[in-house]
Amino acid sequence: MKKILIVFFLLMGFSLSAQASLKTFACEPEWGALAKELGGEKVDVTIATTALQDPHHIQARPSLISRLHRADLLVCTGADLEIGWLPVLLRRANNTKVQPGKPGYVEATSAIALLDRPAKLDRSQGDVHPFGNPHIQTNPHNILKVAQLLGQRLIQIDSDNADYYQQRLTDFNKRWNKALQRWDEQGKALKGLPIVVQHNGWIYLEQWLGIKRVATLEPKPGVPPSTTDLSKVLNTLKAQPAKAVIRAAYQDERPSAWLSDHAHIPKLVLPFTVGGDAQAGDLFKLYDRTLSLLSTVK
Amino acid sequence: MKKNILFAAAISCMAPLCHAETPQDIAQLKQQLKDIQQNYKKQIQSLEDRIEELESQQVNNQPAPAPVQEQSRPNAFNPAIALILEGRYQTFRKDLGDSIPGFSVGSEAGNGDQGFSLGESELNLQASIDDLYYGNLTLSLADAGGSTEVELEEAWLQTQALPYELTLRAGRFFSAIGYMNERHTHTDDFADRPLPYRAMLNTVYKDDGLQLRWLAPTDTFLELGGELMRGAQYPAGGSANHGVGSWSLFAHTGGDVGVSNSWLLGLSYLSADTRERESGNGSNPDLFTGDSNLAIADLVWKWAPQGNPYRHNAVFQGGLFWRDESGKFAPGGQNFNIYDGNQFGWYSQVAYQFMPGWQIGLRGSGLSADDTGASFAGTALDNLGHDPWETTAMIVWRHSEFSQLRLQYTHDEAQLLSDDRFILQYIVSLGAHGAHQF
Repeated sequence: MKKILIVFFLLMGFSLSAQASLKTFACEPEWGALAKELGGEKVDVTIATTALQDPHHIQARPSLISRLHRADLLVCTGADLEIGWLPVLLRRANNTKVQPGKPGYVEATSAIALLDRPAKLDRSQGDVHPFGNPHIQTNPHNILKVAQLLGQRLIQIDSDNADYYQQRLTDFNKRWNKALQRWDEQGKALKGLPIVVQHNGWIYLEQWLGIKRVATLEPKPGVPPSTTDLSKVLNTLKAQPAKAVIRAAYQDERPSAWLSDHAHIPKLVLPFTVGGDAQAGDLFKLYDRTLSLLSTVK
Repeated sequence: MKKNILFAAAISCMAPLCHAETPQDIAQLKQQLKDIQQNYKKQIQSLEDRIEELESQQVNNQPAPAPVQEQSRPNAFNPAIALILEGRYQTFRKDLGDSIPGFSVGSEAGNGDQGFSLGESELNLQASIDDLYYGNLTLSLADAGGSTEVELEEAWLQTQALPYELTLRAGRFFSAIGYMNERHTHTDDFADRPLPYRAMLNTVYKDDGLQLRWLAPTDTFLELGGELMRGAQYPAGGSANHGVGSWSLFAHTGGDVGVSNSWLLGLSYLSADTRERESGNGSNPDLFTGDSNLAIADLVWKWAPQGNPYRHNAVFQGGLFWRDESGKFAPGGQNFNIYDGNQFGWYSQVAYQFMPGWQIGLRGSGLSADDTGASFAGTALDNLGHDPWETTAMIVWRHSEFSQLRLQYTHDEAQLLSDDRFILQYIVSLGAHGAHQF
């Protein structure tokens, strides 16, 4: 029995040392994709959620505990988006490398000046985020800032490969800046486009493209809209018509379908993050796809 | 750029060399012009590169958001504070009392009072102590015997940076035996606990001591642990062995099946050495001195389409309990008799969310105790030839993550006569965001 145990532990040890790459735990697909862009073959990325899951409502599943336990680097949105599950995971995973304050703990929102910081904190206002709206990935300009933060951390944690990461970061910056020019140019046509959103998760997109949010289906953040709420939005639309109702792939389809039927405007499922639909397979395609979907309703 | 080149060429033409006379001279001039052009191309390229670099830096170097200036606050390091409020209205068709034939149960195992009552109001504080420790305190306020009593439910510290994948917890805590035992009742899917938890663990076994956990560095979740405890609380009692009266071992393993399913399996063993453990009637308690050993196997299976529980999800939970108690038992505190009995318990439940905010659930649970013979006839240990069981149905509405209203119906066959119970319950949480535990 003892021998078997020893062999078991030795094997486990070998399998650990054989994988020398930097283990990265990403809370959301966009940060997983960014870590792959910046880390290339030197990182081994595991992503806690898919584009079809609501990052607010994840549970600290056993598999996530063991994945975080073995991570060298954690990259999450932060700003309380993962407040329900990340603190539990961090406590259960027993991994000092990725605790807040350590270089291995990266909060993407710490690189961004957040919008929508509530003036008043009260749960009667819904599930509000005290530090501001955390859905920063809807504006590609924010990705560039997060890339600098993540790139620096990769260099800091895995200094043996610093040159490799630096070179990839420079290369990413170059490609992203080029893409940004293209997206900004495409986005000009969307300026002033009036839309309805299901959850207030698009504020950075609205700001970037100058899109006008006429109404939000959720009466308060995180509270599912009732028929009364939807009728109110319908009334608003009579005075201020909108061109489309927008939701993320993971959100319940029924509220926006109801509005789409009653207001006779198209309902649009935007990818929201990498993998949100078949055409949004990587970070670059995410914005290509978002813009091409938006231009269909212009 | 082209203009510049032409200009340069024109200037060079002013030189006497410009008066080309031989084809050789022309070739030379052509070569010179080409050189100049290439030189310019290089310079242009390097300037363009530089501009691009500066542009990208400018984007990157946008000033970081100024940190919010806040006044010096002595409470800046306050722990996370969460408050749970619970209240209920209960009505029983018969109200047969709290006894369960074959079991001498602890003081918390009953059904509570009819009518309006407050459950536990719970105050929880937690925060990092320093980089090595994490601290947690839970106080509960509950009515007992006409007066409101404060109970220290949990007060523990836990290491945050122990090597070798270890975590040590010290203080008073909920034992990690059994899935529900580790969790607070306000996170349960039903308004009360199933029969085996009530009869064998007094709804929850908590005690003072040490807990050590080891988390395997594997892809599949595997956690092994053990506890050493004072042995002061039911099913232990009397703080035997100079205040180290009970110990436990547990193993938890879990993982995902595809993207929509995840599971957690637990095996636990609790061994308590009891000294005059009190149970049964509060004013005239039964006493038990001896060994109480309990083994629990339980499984939790959660399903949510695409792993997104927002609209639909289901949680299945089931557990098996085996208990062996041997020693001396004194019914009503009079006359110790030799006692050796085995008891078995089970529960199985499912909760299904059929639309956002709405969940229904069904539960069955039961018990079975050995026939202890003539020496305990007429006492709590007399099983009366009956295996207790009950079935429960509930519906819960959550307006948000922070509030729930539950209506629960139980058909109760715990005793020889059956009963029916209705519970209307609210549970709300204030303050720090609750944890989405699995």
